[in-house]
Amino acid sequence: MSTEKTPASAQDIVFDHVVKTYPNAASPAVDDLSLTVSAGEICVLLGPSGSGKTTALMMVNRLAEITGGDIRIGGRSITDHDPIELRRSIGYVIQQTGLFPHLTIADNIATVPKVLGWDKRRVKDRVAELLDLVGLPVAEFGRRYPSQLSGGQRQRVGIARALAADPPVMLMDEPFGALDPITRERVQDEFLALHERIRKTVIFVSHDIDEAVKMGDRIAIFREGGKLAQYDTPRTLLKEPADEFVARFVGADRGLKRLTLTRLAELDLTPATSGDAALPAIGADASLRAALSLMVAEGTDAVRVMESGDGGGGGEVGAGGEGGEGPGGAKALGTASLDAVRKAGAA
Amino acid sequence: MSAGPVIPDFGDPSACVASDATFCADWFTDHWWNLFWPALLQHLELTLIAVVLGFVLAVAAAVLCHFKGWLAAPVSAVTSFLYTVPPLALFQLLVPVTGFSVLTVEIALVLYSIYLLFTTFLTGLREVPGDAVRAARGMGLTRRQILFKVELRLAVPSLIAGLRVATVMTIGIVAIAAYVVDKGLGSLILKALQSPFNTQFIGAGALAVVLALAADGALVLAGRLLTPWARTRRA
Ligand SMILES: Nc1ncnc2c1ncn2[C@@H]1O[C@H](COP(=O)(O)OP(=O)(O)OP(=O)(O)O)[C@@H](O)[C@H]1O
Ligand SMILES: [Mg+2]
Repeated sequence: MSTEKTPASAQDIVFDHVVKTYPNAASPAVDDLSLTVSAGEICVLLGPSGSGKTTALMMVNRLAEITGGDIRIGGRSITDHDPIELRRSIGYVIQQTGLFPHLTIADNIATVPKVLGWDKRRVKDRVAELLDLVGLPVAEFGRRYPSQLSGGQRQRVGIARALAADPPVMLMDEPFGALDPITRERVQDEFLALHERIRKTVIFVSHDIDEAVKMGDRIAIFREGGKLAQYDTPRTLLKEPADEFVARFVGADRGLKRLTLTRLAELDLTPATSGDAALPAIGADASLRAALSLMVAEGTDAVRVMESGDGGGGGEVGAGGEGGEGPGGAKALGTASLDAVRKAGAA
Repeated sequence: MSAGPVIPDFGDPSACVASDATFCADWFTDHWWNLFWPALLQHLELTLIAVVLGFVLAVAAAVLCHFKGWLAAPVSAVTSFLYTVPPLALFQLLVPVTGFSVLTVEIALVLYSIYLLFTTFLTGLREVPGDAVRAARGMGLTRRQILFKVELRLAVPSLIAGLRVATVMTIGIVAIAAYVVDKGLGSLILKALQSPFNTQFIGAGALAVVLALAADGALVLAGRLLTPWARTRRA
């Protein structure tokens, strides 16, 4: 997840000593939150239930009004905007997508463009473009109702709808929370691939550390009482948790989780020799964790790393050929030893 | 008592009428245009006015209570009180004020049906999925747009359900309104009550039933047309 490419359309989001105290609440739901989400990055808000993640997110589009501090998008305070105008310039995706059950997929996506007064032609083209972007051809899906889609498809429509007016910023509140693990992983991969192309600034709420590590350029860990415990890249967070709370939250297996951050392709592989044919094979796309898992499963202390397909971030095709002999003539790139994996993971 | 026809002045009695049978189809068809059809139209008209007025008032009240939650309890209390007054008593109470008029009938009909409509509509609005409303707010729809584009659209099944009950009920009460105005199928029934000749009474009664069934069917159909999304559940 490189962050170099930041087209003009993305904007940074700055939380500046933000406080939210709900009326009649004894203590704040979000307490003195300061963090900066760089333009084009995905920031994951992670924390236990009730720690204020949703509240922090909803303050950005003023579904919850801040009671202290300020939030700036692209340098401009959100309180300078009319809330309605502000929301129309921010993509918003919630769990179960919040699709309108009474509107077709096309009409769902067209909602914001229509209230913005776009002409019919432009709305229609935009709907087709977006459905195409999320892999649901408009001819087949445009006239269906949400109840006629699978959960994963609905989620993709939710994302397309949030992108309709090409907002520089997207807010996503546990968008994949209701999906089964396999579908969730696929939709996550698709979203990452999509993000590579569109590079919006994204704030993404999750309560799943694995999802956060996978999706986030940076992760903000919240603790009870709406306090920010740590804000760092996944790698730093897993390597140097700021305190006991963060260490417990990221889990005792944080060493293993760190292995998911590196792909075999990034290792200096040992050149293949004739004796390697017996080693289990795995695609270069796979993470160090998958390689380690394979070594444990097969009782070896090295794996044979095979050239993998296009290497694109997953997408529709099942995740890179884990352990399988690639069909046809997949070329062996070399081998990775247990020691190499351990060292790379510790780096 | 003579064995002759009891209904006077309708020309030569047919064999059926002469024998004082329970129902005489020939007499019914003979008097369709001058008796039954006009009464049916009046009945429909009285019902339509009441239901449309009741609908508009109930939607307005429900929307108001949906926006200002504290209004729901008092509005509900007043309308449910009106609902407990028997329709006949309501007519009785209104006649001194508005006389033996269509106005009296309509006021009573609306007051009587509004509780039912109001409660189903308000429930319908409150049961709109919160996710859809939160998404709509988050996308930057105004309160008005959320009401008209999301909430009222999703409440259509409740609107239809309320209208069905209220319409069938109103068609029944309009029959009683004949005590106040000489209109509708009720007035045919009322007049026939005093006579042993039953065709007019049975014919008018049956027409009221048919009218209720037809109105109910029309509303079901309208509901289907207005909620295409509800018909497409995945198999
Ligand atoms: N509308 C509201 N009015 C009053 N208090 C609220 C409101 N919304 C949330 N809270 C309180 O604010 C705190 C933070 O809630 P929030 O929904 O932001 O948590 P969260 O981190 O998103 O939790 P979860 O993971 O369960 O979604 C909680 O204590 C909650 O009870
Ligand atoms: Mg939440």
